[in-house]
Amino acid sequence: MEEIKLMKGNEAFAHAAVRSGCDGYFGYPITPQSEVMETLQELKPWEETGMVVLQAESEVSAINMVYAGAACGKKVMTSSSSPGVSLKQEGISYIAAAELPCLILNVMRGGPGLGTIQPSQADYFQSVKGGGHGDYHMIVLAPSTVQEMADFVDLGYELAFKYRNPVLMLSDGVIGQMMEKVVLPPYKPRRTMEEVIAQCPWATTGKVGRPHNIITSLALESEVMEATNNRLQAKYREIEENEVRFEEYMLDDAEYVFVAFGSSARICKQAVEYARAEGIKVGVLRPITLFPFPTKKIQELATRVKGFMSIEMSAGQMVEDVRLAVNGTKPVGFYGRQGGIIPSAEEALEALKTQIIK
Amino acid sequence: MTKQDIIKPENLVYGKTKVLTDNIMHYCPGCSHGVIHKLIAEVIEEMGIQEKTIGIAPVGCSVFAYNYLDIDMQEAAHGRAPALATAIKRLMPDKVVFTYQGDGDLAAIGTAETIHACNRGENIVIFFVNNGIYGMTGGQMAPTTLEGMKTATCPYGRNTDMYGFPLRISDLLKEIDGTCYVTRQSVHKTANIVRAKKAIRKAFQNSIDGKGTSIVEFVSHCNTNWKMTPVQSNAWMEEHMFAKYPLGDLKDTPKKRFDEINHL
Ligand SMILES: Cc1ncc(C[n+]2csc(CCOP(=O)(O)OP(=O)(O)O)c2C)c(N)n1
Ligand code: SF4
Ligand SMILES: [Mg+2]
Repeated sequence: MEEIKLMKGNEAFAHAAVRSGCDGYFGYPITPQSEVMETLQELKPWEETGMVVLQAESEVSAINMVYAGAACGKKVMTSSSSPGVSLKQEGISYIAAAELPCLILNVMRGGPGLGTIQPSQADYFQSVKGGGHGDYHMIVLAPSTVQEMADFVDLGYELAFKYRNPVLMLSDGVIGQMMEKVVLPPYKPRRTMEEVIAQCPWATTGKVGRPHNIITSLALESEVMEATNNRLQAKYREIEENEVRFEEYMLDDAEYVFVAFGSSARICKQAVEYARAEGIKVGVLRPITLFPFPTKKIQELATRVKGFMSIEMSAGQMVEDVRLAVNGTKPVGFYGRQGGIIPSAEEALEALKTQIIK
Repeated sequence: MTKQDIIKPENLVYGKTKVLTDNIMHYCPGCSHGVIHKLIAEVIEEMGIQEKTIGIAPVGCSVFAYNYLDIDMQEAAHGRAPALATAIKRLMPDKVVFTYQGDGDLAAIGTAETIHACNRGENIVIFFVNNGIYGMTGGQMAPTTLEGMKTATCPYGRNTDMYGFPLRISDLLKEIDGTCYVTRQSVHKTANIVRAKKAIRKAFQNSIDGKGTSIVEFVSHCNTNWKMTPVQSNAWMEEHMFAKYPLGDLKDTPKKRFDEINHL
């Protein structure tokens, strides 16, 4: 029977983690995502499934615990919010370089600096363009409902292990804090040690009947490093080829397109209703994966619509990728609010009218 | 009797442990890292724990420890080894987990990770090579650099008004309830090597017995960056380093248990 619950996005994520057969969570408190660890501590999964839940001394430590757990082939995760995710960047770069599968949740709040605890989408650049040092990409999933906060846990792990790559769930304070109806996924057992070894023969599970396994990101010879770089880039191209996900909302007859992810996409859907009531044919393209970005979909839309409008809770970050995709063939506008203020549907529609429809 | 008559298994008095690989070590001649690697490898073999030991290499001269020890190993970001060890031991409690860290790695950039792993009483072993300097990056000042000692970033000698005092971090760690065994050893003489090996074995045994965090500090030298010969370095180390970092056990008591602390 389906279990329908009413809960916050952060809580849904925690429940889904336990149910996904996760082996370990390592985190450090920060608003607006503290409910993740609080829920896990309340659930005491170590008694039921054996999942480890540990409050680390810092986000730096937590991400390095994730590095080590992933290097053992375990399903591990961490969650944080913007300032904490900044601290994790060194570790994320190492995880990407060593090609380790893991799940990271960022429930974004406004920055820069200590900023505000109110929602924001201003970590887009950090998330999709690298964030840490070196040429690497995370796979970035952007949930826009509490349901997706739960569903993307399984999806995230599937992609992480398929590509041996860190997966980031880029959420925000709205999705993390709001309560919605959610159908929790069924329980999956944690993998046995034998299953872990079979799935991850490269992992440091103990040198038994094979040469020793080494997890490292160091390559002092340039040729070796460049070969690693090339292998990583080939993997990212493969991910771009196979893993683009997006939602189309009323795009079939659309003349204008709102491009928005996460909570901004919800606002845009409302704006579409207002627009259509006035006879303006607008739809929404909601990227679900921010890396890989739905570039081809935008290019296809650009052949048949009159213009695009990127709506974000930032000073305009994703709009750069929309412009790159459109490549000057159609006008691309931007409207955003910052500081924790959520743009309204009315503002979004007004921006479309003044910047694009004119 | 010919040489061939003598070379027989029954006449063997010493051999290289199989836990050391055949890779040629990159350490400078005279450096302590190689001796310490060998001792750790020998103890792992003697205790029969090669298959279940996971080691963590630091960022520092011993970053390539994973090429020399024939066990599963992970390479940590600079200073983060105790966080890695924590996760591995928590996720796979039947494994024997150790970190191998330099003084910059453990006592500067990784101080927080070190103290908190110890404070949680993680059942891990920390091998700590204190050579009073940043060896790998070319001999800069470490938190352990002695007063007046010259390095690339304190070419006129460490000035304690500017840079504070040599940090005796093991003395700090022994005060933490989660540690069970804190000892200072050296490997510059045969007798010391024998004692150091015993300490390594005891530390591994503590971790297997769940007694808490064990720290084995090796007071060492870096002849290259100290700009001395290995022989001079050993003499200087005995005279100056041992004065600040005296050898011997600092602590040998199992970590406190929750019920003891709370008198339940
Ligand atoms: C984040 C970061 N900062 C700085 C460095 C450069 N670095 C590499 S090794 C090292 C110091 C190592 O000294 P120590 O831990 O004492 O080890 P030793 O080489 O002396 O054995 C530094 C500063 C780095 N690799 N990463
Ligand atoms: S630089 Fe110093 S610590 Fe590094 S290998 Fe040489 S002697 Fe040893
Ligand atoms: Mg050093």
